[in-house]
Amino acid sequence: MHYLLNPWPWYVSGPLIALVMALLLYFGKTFGMSSNLRTMCSIAGAGKFIDFFKFNWKDQIWNLTVVLGSLIGGYIAVKFLSNDSVTNLNPTTVTELQSMGFKNPGTTLVPNEIFALDALASPKALMLLVVGGLLVGFGTRYAGGCTSGHAILGLSSLQKPSLIAVIGFFIGGLIMANFIFPLIF
Amino acid sequence: MKFVKFLLIGIFFGIVLVKSEAVSWFRIYEMFRFQSFHMYGIIGTAIASGILFLQISKKGYIKSIKGANIFVPKKEKGLIRYIIGGIIFGFGWALIGTCPGPMYILLGAGVWSMLIVIAAAILGTFIYGILKDKLPH
Repeated sequence: MHYLLNPWPWYVSGPLIALVMALLLYFGKTFGMSSNLRTMCSIAGAGKFIDFFKFNWKDQIWNLTVVLGSLIGGYIAVKFLSNDSVTNLNPTTVTELQSMGFKNPGTTLVPNEIFALDALASPKALMLLVVGGLLVGFGTRYAGGCTSGHAILGLSSLQKPSLIAVIGFFIGGLIMANFIFPLIF
Repeated sequence: MKFVKFLLIGIFFGIVLVKSEAVSWFRIYEMFRFQSFHMYGIIGTAIASGILFLQISKKGYIKSIKGANIFVPKKEKGLIRYIIGGIIFGFGWALIGTCPGPMYILLGAGVWSMLIVIAAAILGTFIYGILKDKLPH
């Protein structure tokens, strides 16, 4: 039980993520979470104006079901499979984040300064959420996939486009975390 | 009933990503600052296991539930869309610390602000759909 409730080590987690991918392929589907954003646009009727959203979204219900499951899984993990352990971050990371104004790095899954409901009163936090979401939603579709579709499935199947996309993911992430964060926080 | 297996896979996925701390905003920051091996270990072992699975299935040892070969869709050839789209995605990934899987998982974990992120991500995808034919691919 101790092993279950503590955070899981990377060498257990990585293969388990691959298992998710393998199960979906076994059932004749594919691993790609960002496709659901396109499906939701289609359900909302975007296909009436834009061909990109004109497809039979009912074929994607299986993937929306994965989304619903992941939401339930997130609830179960936090509610029943966690103890009060904190994320074992590098002390340098903690000091750095504290100097940027984040009070308790690693005690929660996401910083309260951006994600807590009372943080929404600050226009800055609200803007970060909206801009971040827009970038992820736009970028993932432009690149034709996200961490699951490109980094895990695409690289596992040795596809060059996915390698290029993942290099892009890291160029963007590195620029944001190393050069833009100091300007924002 | 045929969707139950996908619900269960999703539940498993959500639990794994929370317990591995891959949904942690702090872990993503740490990764992009090269201050921890944790996320690289997760992604690395996931890809290594994935390669192993796909190579074994390629040899015909693993078939799909219908007895067919395991099928992985091929990505279209290209460069610009992958590099530019990838960079834009990376900006967002580092900024809010979540990609399109964890945003739902974190909502389930009680981070209500993720509703705003998800709505914005849907809008971002919609904007791509509008601009698609004008963008270089």
